[in-house]
Amino acid sequence: MNITLKIWRQKNRTAKGKFETYKLDNVSEEMSFLEMLDYLNTTLITEEKDPVVYPVVFESDCREGICGMCGLFINGRAHGPETGITTCQLGMKAFKDGDKITVEPWRSKAFPVIKDLIVDRSTFDKLIQSGGYISVDTGQASEANAIPVSKKMSDRAYDAGICIGCGACVATCKNASAMLFIGAKVSHLASLPQGKVEAKERAINMVKTMDELGFGNCTNTGACEVECPKEISLNHIAKLNREFLLASIKK
Amino acid sequence: MALNSKIPEGPLKDKWQKHQASIKLVNPANKKKLEIIVVGTGAAGASAVATLCELGYNVKVFAFQDSSRRAHSIASQGGINATKNYRNDSDSDYRLFYDMIKGGDFRAREANVYRAAEVSNKIIDQFTAQGVPFAREYGGLLANRSFGGVQVSRTFYAQGQTGQQCTLAAYQALSRQIYKGKAKMFNRREMLDLVVIDGKARGIITRNLETGELERHSAHAVVLATGGFGTVYYLSTLAINSNGSAALAAFKKGAMLANQCMTQIHPTCIPVLNDYQSKLTLMSESLRNDGRVWVSKEKGDKRKANDIPEEERDYYLERRYPAFGNLVPRDVAARAAKERCDAGYGIGETGLAVYLDFRDAIKKQGEKVIGDKYGSLFDLYNKIAGTSPFDEPIKIYPAAHYTMGGLWVDYNLMTTVPGLYAIGEANFSDHGANRLGASSLLQCAADGYFILPVTIADYLADDIRTPIISTDTPEFDKAEKLVSEKLNKLLSINGTKTVTSFHKRIGKILWDNSGMVRNEESLIKAQKLVEELEQEFWKDVKVPGDTTELNQELEKAGRVADFIEIAKLIIIDALNRKESCGAHFRDEYQTDEGEPQRDDENYMNVSVWEYQGDGKEPKLHEENLTFENVKVVQRSYK
Repeated sequence: MNITLKIWRQKNRTAKGKFETYKLDNVSEEMSFLEMLDYLNTTLITEEKDPVVYPVVFESDCREGICGMCGLFINGRAHGPETGITTCQLGMKAFKDGDKITVEPWRSKAFPVIKDLIVDRSTFDKLIQSGGYISVDTGQASEANAIPVSKKMSDRAYDAGICIGCGACVATCKNASAMLFIGAKVSHLASLPQGKVEAKERAINMVKTMDELGFGNCTNTGACEVECPKEISLNHIAKLNREFLLASIKK
Repeated sequence: MALNSKIPEGPLKDKWQKHQASIKLVNPANKKKLEIIVVGTGAAGASAVATLCELGYNVKVFAFQDSSRRAHSIASQGGINATKNYRNDSDSDYRLFYDMIKGGDFRAREANVYRAAEVSNKIIDQFTAQGVPFAREYGGLLANRSFGGVQVSRTFYAQGQTGQQCTLAAYQALSRQIYKGKAKMFNRREMLDLVVIDGKARGIITRNLETGELERHSAHAVVLATGGFGTVYYLSTLAINSNGSAALAAFKKGAMLANQCMTQIHPTCIPVLNDYQSKLTLMSESLRNDGRVWVSKEKGDKRKANDIPEEERDYYLERRYPAFGNLVPRDVAARAAKERCDAGYGIGETGLAVYLDFRDAIKKQGEKVIGDKYGSLFDLYNKIAGTSPFDEPIKIYPAAHYTMGGLWVDYNLMTTVPGLYAIGEANFSDHGANRLGASSLLQCAADGYFILPVTIADYLADDIRTPIISTDTPEFDKAEKLVSEKLNKLLSINGTKTVTSFHKRIGKILWDNSGMVRNEESLIKAQKLVEELEQEFWKDVKVPGDTTELNQELEKAGRVADFIEIAKLIIIDALNRKESCGAHFRDEYQTDEGEPQRDDENYMNVSVWEYQGDGKEPKLHEENLTFENVKVVQRSYK
């Protein structure tokens, strides 16, 4: 198929970016979306153009939907037109001959653009640093079966714990809120007896840090849940709110 | 230089305890004065950083990704082994040790392997305390499953995302130390050289991948947790940016590389679908617990899987290996798949695939139980291949996956450069010629949480009076200059071919001639092809842009230049080892039944290579292996 790509190009953090249009022929529907971008770059590198057009930079690593590094806004949707997948899992089967495809980086105050389609998501690391862990040093752990955990709660922890930190939730939220991201972590750890001890402090610290880092508030539109490639449920935000409220009352 | 593995004296089961009791310590006040560099933040690197900081050391941490949570340990799927014996099936440290030694085809060091087994239970305790949601039974206690090459159930798992959960636990422990100010994180930094001063590892040169700036970082010791170099095969199960550059840089500064020819080709991966493909996806070995591997008994059978009746199916693993059946080790399963496909029984359009079928397990256990065990893996497959394993069998074929070889280390995990350590997949130490499933996370966590943080004190105890290392030294000047020259050279070639095109070609040369099967003829051919490719690369590669910006083509070019050198080392090592063992299968050396024929008289050793200068053949050293606690036998899974 032949397609037209409208891609955001921006030289660095301070430069002003703009959309550029590229026509790309002979795209196979067997390609993944990122392999299509690889192919575009091969074309840009080997074509002798004046002035030179540099390859489009974008991030990806595992290319199997688990590292969380890829993340593009495609035709106005985080990770493209399909649900429950990352950008690297999106195939060109989802498009057809003659399509015009707009490709943008995540847009959020908390995720500044570094270059082209790459953003700085280090604020996510800062959120985890502010409390997204159980404070246990190596060697302090007790026998693993000493504390039984019901299968139900363990499964709930897993369902929240599978967040890959891609940032689609923030990118898609009209308020640029990171509530689903921190909700997933708070809920993951608070579902387990090991993580209950610090649950309230964790909720307070992570919410506070979220505010400080320039993320917005949650107004329960649910857009994040729709775009989450791991389909993490809004219920985890409710769990976070519960922990946060309890902590605020007792404070 | 003579190799000294520093294995403690005494009975196998007492060695580690005795060693811990006798090595030097650094007191808490002195730990605060010492700095350690850790490169890489996967399961090994992140757990090491967290533990070193908890002990009081100051740690500088480096990762080339945007966040330390991305390292490829995150993609490990099936599980992590430990000897809890919760199933009461006669498991023990000795049994795990034995399984790994045998699985590795008697080419791993007894003492190191035993130690990994010995600390395995503490790892499960640690991860559980950190909040890893391992699978549980209805009574609330931990569940287990089996993996290849063993007859007990000792694998702990979190669906098909065990690596993700364990790596995130270590990442969170690392994050806690960043918050406390003990760890200083440097993201988007790629290590491009090691700095050695007065014979000791004292720092690294990194490139800031966002700004292009070259930076100098110093420390009292340097730890490489930089993973494996399987991406040298281009198509592999690794992340596309995984690379061998840090290990190669260390090699050129005196750290020897061991068993380079031993690369695991994983039997159950989604087959190559087309020429554009940039990577291959693993389907966890755990699927072989309930999945049955088969092909049609008829050559070139084009019928759909579900249309082939039971009696016309060849369950070739069950047929050839009745004792272990579908749970034979990876090297055995991979070669068996290749054998069927080469003989014309492969399935699908390409004929380069076999079936992994859950029909019988679903019939017996129901969709709910199978979904609970493998749900995330089935989803993963469905997303890529477009069919559900609930409806028809998975198509699989082997792919490059894990490098058992790597930097040579002694019992303290120190390389041949004093003060330089290698942990996790980056070292060679625990898996011999073939790694058993669910033992990679085990080794990473063993090294990172429980071994390195202890053994590094033995070295640092002599360094407590050494002040902060200056980066303003001739050694740093020289290293930075060489890095800068290499980058500029890559940019100046301005040829006609992309970096990736060279990467694809190097991968194909290795896959065709030094893959699952190799022989002297194919290896000599590969050697010639790689040399030609190297010359062409340095004449005709095209790297656009410049060094002072985010430049992904330049990053790739440096890595591919290094892959070419790594390919040469793999081939030299494979040529030298005139036997078959584990994943290293030279078809000149096989038993009548087509299994690897070892030559214990001449090759019961680790081949260790020392750098002699660019363009010169490295010098071979041998570490002889002794087996005092197992009977060395011809490996059999029949």
